[in-house]
Amino acid sequence: MNNLELQRKANDIRKGIVTAVHSAKAGHPGGSLSAADVFTYLYFEEMKVDPKNPDWEERDRFVLSKGHTAPGLYAALAHKGFFPVEDLKTLRKLGSYLQGHPCINIPGVDMSSGSLGQGISAAVGMALGAQLDGRDFRVYTLLGDGEIQEGQVWEAAMFAGFKKLDNLCVIVDNNNLQIDGPIDKVCSPYPIDKKFEAFNFHVLNVDAHDFDALRAAFKEARETKGCPTCIVVHSIKGKGVSFMENNVGWHGKAPNDEEFEVAMKDLDAIEENLKKAGEV
Amino acid sequence: MAETKKIATRESYGNMLTELAEEYPNLVVLDADLAEATKTGIFKKKYPERHIDCGIAESNMIGVAAGLSTVGKIPFVSSFAMFAAGRAFEQVRNSVGYPHLNVKIGATHAGITVGEDGATHQCNEDIALMRTIPGMVVMCPSDDVEARAAVRAAIEHNGPVYIRFGRAAVPVINDKPDYHFEIGKGTVVRPGTDVTIVATGICVDSALGAAEKLAADGISAEVINICTIKPLDNELIVASAKKTGKVVTVEEHSVIGGLGSAVCDCLSEKCPTQVKKIGMNDVFGESGPAAELVKKYGLDAEGVYKSVKEFM
Repeated sequence: MNNLELQRKANDIRKGIVTAVHSAKAGHPGGSLSAADVFTYLYFEEMKVDPKNPDWEERDRFVLSKGHTAPGLYAALAHKGFFPVEDLKTLRKLGSYLQGHPCINIPGVDMSSGSLGQGISAAVGMALGAQLDGRDFRVYTLLGDGEIQEGQVWEAAMFAGFKKLDNLCVIVDNNNLQIDGPIDKVCSPYPIDKKFEAFNFHVLNVDAHDFDALRAAFKEARETKGCPTCIVVHSIKGKGVSFMENNVGWHGKAPNDEEFEVAMKDLDAIEENLKKAGEV
Repeated sequence: MAETKKIATRESYGNMLTELAEEYPNLVVLDADLAEATKTGIFKKKYPERHIDCGIAESNMIGVAAGLSTVGKIPFVSSFAMFAAGRAFEQVRNSVGYPHLNVKIGATHAGITVGEDGATHQCNEDIALMRTIPGMVVMCPSDDVEARAAVRAAIEHNGPVYIRFGRAAVPVINDKPDYHFEIGKGTVVRPGTDVTIVATGICVDSALGAAEKLAADGISAEVINICTIKPLDNELIVASAKKTGKVVTVEEHSVIGGLGSAVCDCLSEKCPTQVKKIGMNDVFGESGPAAELVKKYGLDAEGVYKSVKEFM
């Protein structure tokens, strides 16, 4: 996909996020929206996956370590064709397969996750499994910048660096906000890049909303041999919805009907602009 | 009488893993810097490329095992019970139990027979923790024969399994030609009519010793060996309770949440019976030689005999 196509897809995914969380009357829009471009790039450009055969053994794996942003993952999976987009409206509802946090039974979901710090270890295990048997699938995992306050993240990082898991790509969504406020006011994990470097990762810093930058970074990660790669993506929490951007209050809150209208209008306007850009 | 052969169940664990390696090429073993103690070192010696030392980081180790299982490996994860079930409880629950992954946890150094290391390393809570996890099979073998059978049963079972092994050498009591092991099935190791003693792990031997002493006093005790605490062999326990009308449980574990609680859960619903629970009585252990600790906390044959006598 070219950048414009990716941008339009990302906008569809953002609409899916807002729709799902509004319908659920609960959920985590802020961190889902900040990572929407990453989800889009992974599922529509980077990863080898087959929606018709979700359990294909040689597929690339993805573990959403920051599992509370399930609406972002689900919207990407739905738009990729793993399940109907319409089902996003069943998010968090009793009887729905779209659980509040990722569950391994959902088509396209490779690991249950959501208890922070645990997803990265599972991703490391998958990458180790591939390394042990000389299989060539890659493993991607997305962490929150607040999540890396969990000690288990660093146990996993130490192990992955030590094992030289170059089939592993750790992405840290650095939107700088966690529930209690800015991460550097709560318990600063900065410098994030230097920490992963110290654990023997190849580290890249990129703009989370620039597809050229994401393309270059994931290519470099793929070509990096002898160590895992960590891509710190610098993002805007709530990206795309005017009143949610950089507003910590939207970490884990659903928009009401009026707010939903405004949010969808914001995203419609982005779509309109992208359409125009395509026509030029 | 010939001297009874003694072997620690952790040793049986290491031996059996090694024995299964050829038959199960997907079997891998993970340890957290304790390979010498957990006896996975036996496996490591023969299959170094399939033994993964995760360092002193049990939480990550459980997650790595979870990930390995999703790509076709059958991981056996080992550490002391304190760290496998205690420290990494939430990882076992959320990364192994909830997705119902094919991860086997071989936890050694359970209970007070850890001995001299003292209370920090004597895990008397692991059975309680593990049996609350939906879908988790929990086993506590009584000797070498049963430990080896349990490891084989674990690898043949598709889903998460927790097996509890001990540090101290224990007598081999199950080397009988008709011995048969099945997950979820208990065994009457001594028939009786006056009281039922349900025991697990190293306490099965103590229960048998106690039954012998009780017989001398004219009390006929039925001894049931429960290796699988979850799923529990309800049928066997109810049948015995109906016959004897009195039940005693014995375990090297807290009386809160372990075998005794599991038996009470079963009987209170299906066959209300008076139950006496013998185990660690809501206390921490302490340093000392294993045999002396077992004696002090009333888990040896004499201790069990006295408790049953009092109860009768």
